[in-house]
Amino acid sequence: MWFFIFAELLVFGIFFLAYAFARARNVELFNASQLQLDRLSGAINTALLVTSSYFVVRAVERIHHGAARACAYWLAAAMACGGAFLLLKLGELGAKMEADISMSTNTFFMFYIGLGFFHFMHVVLGMVILGAVALKAWRGGYSAAEHTGVETGASYWHMVDLVWIVLFPLIYVLR
Amino acid sequence: MKYQSQAVAKPYFIAAIGLFVGQIVFGLIMGLQYVVGDFLFPAIPFNVARMVHTNLLIVWLLFGFMGAAYYLIPEESERELYSPKLAMLMFWIFLIAGALTILGYLFVPYAKLAEMTGNDLLATMGREFLEQPLPTKVGIVIVALAMLFNLSMTVLRGRKTAINLVMLLGLWGLAIFFLFSFYNPANLVKDKFYWWWVVHLWVEGVWELIMGAMLAFVLIKVTGVDREVIEKWLYVIIAMALITGLIGMGHHYYWIGTPSYWQWWGSVFSALEPIPFFMMTLFAFNMVNRRRREHPNKAAVLWALGTGVMAFLGAGVWGFLHTLAPVNFYTHGSQITAAHGHMAFYGAYVMVVITMISYTMPLMRGRAANSKTAQVVEMWSFWLMTVAMVFITLFLTAAGVLQIWLQRIAAEPMGFMAAQDQVALFYWMREISGLVFFVGLVLYITSFFIKGKEAPAG
Repeated sequence: MWFFIFAELLVFGIFFLAYAFARARNVELFNASQLQLDRLSGAINTALLVTSSYFVVRAVERIHHGAARACAYWLAAAMACGGAFLLLKLGELGAKMEADISMSTNTFFMFYIGLGFFHFMHVVLGMVILGAVALKAWRGGYSAAEHTGVETGASYWHMVDLVWIVLFPLIYVLR
Repeated sequence: MKYQSQAVAKPYFIAAIGLFVGQIVFGLIMGLQYVVGDFLFPAIPFNVARMVHTNLLIVWLLFGFMGAAYYLIPEESERELYSPKLAMLMFWIFLIAGALTILGYLFVPYAKLAEMTGNDLLATMGREFLEQPLPTKVGIVIVALAMLFNLSMTVLRGRKTAINLVMLLGLWGLAIFFLFSFYNPANLVKDKFYWWWVVHLWVEGVWELIMGAMLAFVLIKVTGVDREVIEKWLYVIIAMALITGLIGMGHHYYWIGTPSYWQWWGSVFSALEPIPFFMMTLFAFNMVNRRRREHPNKAAVLWALGTGVMAFLGAGVWGFLHTLAPVNFYTHGSQITAAHGHMAFYGAYVMVVITMISYTMPLMRGRAANSKTAQVVEMWSFWLMTVAMVFITLFLTAAGVLQIWLQRIAAEPMGFMAAQDQVALFYWMREISGLVFFVGLVLYITSFFIKGKEAPAG
């Protein structure tokens, strides 16, 4: 799993660098386009993901004490945050679509929509992983002694969160 | 050989090698036509030679994959093949259809062939790699479906391992993507877009699964390393291959009228495509270093290591060389592409099929490994073909760099044919390397007929 996490971070890292280069060559366009983004929605989403990461931490902490049910509850709470994130993000992308903005509008929106969607799919995958882990925890598949699966799922989720924590300021805020 | 039905692989492999010879002969003809333009004209014009060269490559690799699947799947599933008869029937259908198609290319003008084979019912011909007449295309689908049915039934009723599931997934993907060869929209951009889904989504996607499974299978056998370890590698490799390959496909969309964001997505993802190939190299060497037994078939081990290295160089490094959009802006469709194509196909797919043949053929002929003499000759053929391919690639790369400079960058750019004249020296050297390759191939075939003291079947 660590290999995948590094590979994922590598891909996002390259895209962030590419964004930086593309922006440096066209600062005005990027700044003007950035104003059209819904920063409030982005900020709420950041809060949601950070909170969900906290819930995941609690879930790992619980399973260390052998509390499998509590672990599953915390994971479910994290997934709820993830779900809310997805809804808000869909709203954002929908609004852009209504405004006739697409990946072909300009380079800024190529990055905004492309990276946003790519990260979106990672949140979906992360939720699938958390869901599988939660289900196994609920059924008593993990214990205080054996809970590698929980930690693996948690690591992946933290990666998804980490990427967003870089993505949000970079694309929504920084100018 | 543990199961009788695995023997159906043998005719597939023999046909594959036979067609391989044909491919190289036409490669040599065409290589010469680069410098002696009217060689064999009008009997075999350049475009026909090229079509035969590329089509034979694809078809013999398909024969190789099918043979490998018929050998590997029963052994992994721990049961006989669902229907050996069906597999043999499909072999003959595929061979006859393939032979008729090639004869059609050679003896009937292409437009006439299209007319004769019902291309006006459903126009699918005339596109690079997809030149096959409609009945051949339908035949390929039937053969593939019958094979998938046969293999899937075998796996369903038998043991399921990572190797046979990955192999099966790769073969299903192969069949599904081939269906896009029937889709031929009038819109040229769309046509090109989906055209890339047939051969190129194979080599950058599903064929990598087939390759990974075959390599893993042979490595388990010749090194005796635990299946768990090998399967872990296999999972990581195929996941990386699919993620990078499917989106990395975008590097074909740069200049064909698709939205420009493909230049970003294609560049970033395809830049990562060397990673799974590099992992295959590490995988092969790691497993051989950790081997728990000395398998008597040294030649197979050599091919397995070779395919790791050459696939990484040809597909990974030579692919990366021209995959970034700003670079590709100058290099697309030049001899750089040809250099990459040659080494990638040889390193990844030719060599992995030969690895499989090298490992299984002695077993199907009732011994664990060929005699020492036979193996030495086979290893000579390995080195001759591999080194010759390295030189072909280097000469084509040099030709490509010069071509791009003269044709696309110089202050007063030359026309295409004028630039070709200027790089003729490299084409001559490429042709000589090609002859060395052919000598290697002849040695390879000779190695099958060399007797001597053979290791008994284990």
